[in-house]
Amino acid sequence: MSESIGIEIPIFPASSALGWADYWDHFLARLRWKRGEHRVRPGLYSLGKPGQDSPVLVSANYTLSFDALRSALKGIDAYILVINTFGVNVWCAAGKHTFGTEEVVERIETSELARVVRHRTVILPQLSAPGVSAHIVKKQSGFKVEYGPVRSGDLPEYLKTHTATTDMRRVRFGIVDRVVLTPVEMLGYLLYTLVAAAGLFFWGGWAATLMVVLSVVGGAILFPLLLPWLPTRDFTTKGWSLGIVITLAVSLVNMLVLGTDATLAHKVLTTVSNFLIWPPVTAYISLNFTGASTFTSRSGVKGEMISYIRPLLISFTMGIILNIVAKFVH
Amino acid sequence: MLVMFNSYKVNTLEYKPELCIGCAMCWTVCPHGVFAGGEKAQLVKKEACMECGACALNCPADAISVRSGVGCASAMIKAALKGKSIDSAECC
Repeated sequence: MSESIGIEIPIFPASSALGWADYWDHFLARLRWKRGEHRVRPGLYSLGKPGQDSPVLVSANYTLSFDALRSALKGIDAYILVINTFGVNVWCAAGKHTFGTEEVVERIETSELARVVRHRTVILPQLSAPGVSAHIVKKQSGFKVEYGPVRSGDLPEYLKTHTATTDMRRVRFGIVDRVVLTPVEMLGYLLYTLVAAAGLFFWGGWAATLMVVLSVVGGAILFPLLLPWLPTRDFTTKGWSLGIVITLAVSLVNMLVLGTDATLAHKVLTTVSNFLIWPPVTAYISLNFTGASTFTSRSGVKGEMISYIRPLLISFTMGIILNIVAKFVH
Repeated sequence: MLVMFNSYKVNTLEYKPELCIGCAMCWTVCPHGVFAGGEKAQLVKKEACMECGACALNCPADAISVRSGVGCASAMIKAALKGKSIDSAECC
């Protein structure tokens, strides 16, 4: 059987069970700790007791990708062909074409897949399609590319019939998908936020500190959570609206709770300056979330940048000038 | 109001149905249901296209073209700050 065939080229054993070491690795990978180093050794793996007619599933050599695949295949005998995507997940690697036609063809050859299995089909994740040209793989390697479902969790169902339902073919960006991204989003802005919050305390007191913290939290946490329900389609205007609501809330709290004995002119100027400064901050962070989403096009994001970067900067700068002016108005 | 503030209405996806051979690849690979199946592919949701390029790359008849790239503002901003074209931006 197949075990006696792979003498020169090793077939690594893989398990569908994940252990604590795997979960810890996933946790670190999600936090982007040592990004690019969560790698699996490229090559051919066996899951269960595959034979010459077992399916061959192709995966990226990113631990999260590989582990999602193998853990989805409990009780299924299969080969997993891990290609070298330099520790990058399937979709991103496909975008860069490292999960690409050339690498797939080369790995089919170097693993001597044609000697291991009798059929001539490899199953690729659907999201690798931006990097792989199925008909060229077929021409160059003799293997037919079959695009499996988007999510590895649908594979057991898919493997029964080798057809995917419409739902299996659609990428989602549900609340859970968005929530898991928020800690990393927040982490990325944490240092700047703390520095700004401390500095602004001396400039504008608690109200200013609250303003910066909530504006960043708004963009990095509330925005991803509320994404489908915020008005308009563009990320920048969604974020801008959210920022206006946050500034409004802080202004009210400021008036009711933190109200000082400053003059009305000072209060009005400071409040107006807050509306000019902070919503653009939330909007800018929101714009930067486009890359994390699963549906924004290059043309659209480019359009957003052309439309909004200038207004964001103008509003922000005018706000700062006005805020400084307000300092001298008593 | 909601019609405004939509930069995603326009994209670079182009489809020439006269070249289509009905191989089903485009509507299989598209994660957003931009194409629908049939004897020939039908472009049914052009606005949902995220320009990933999967359909064009997997079309053996060259019936589809799209300028693929990443829809990622931070990558574009990084490219711009380095003095490069924002079209050269790469993700992750």
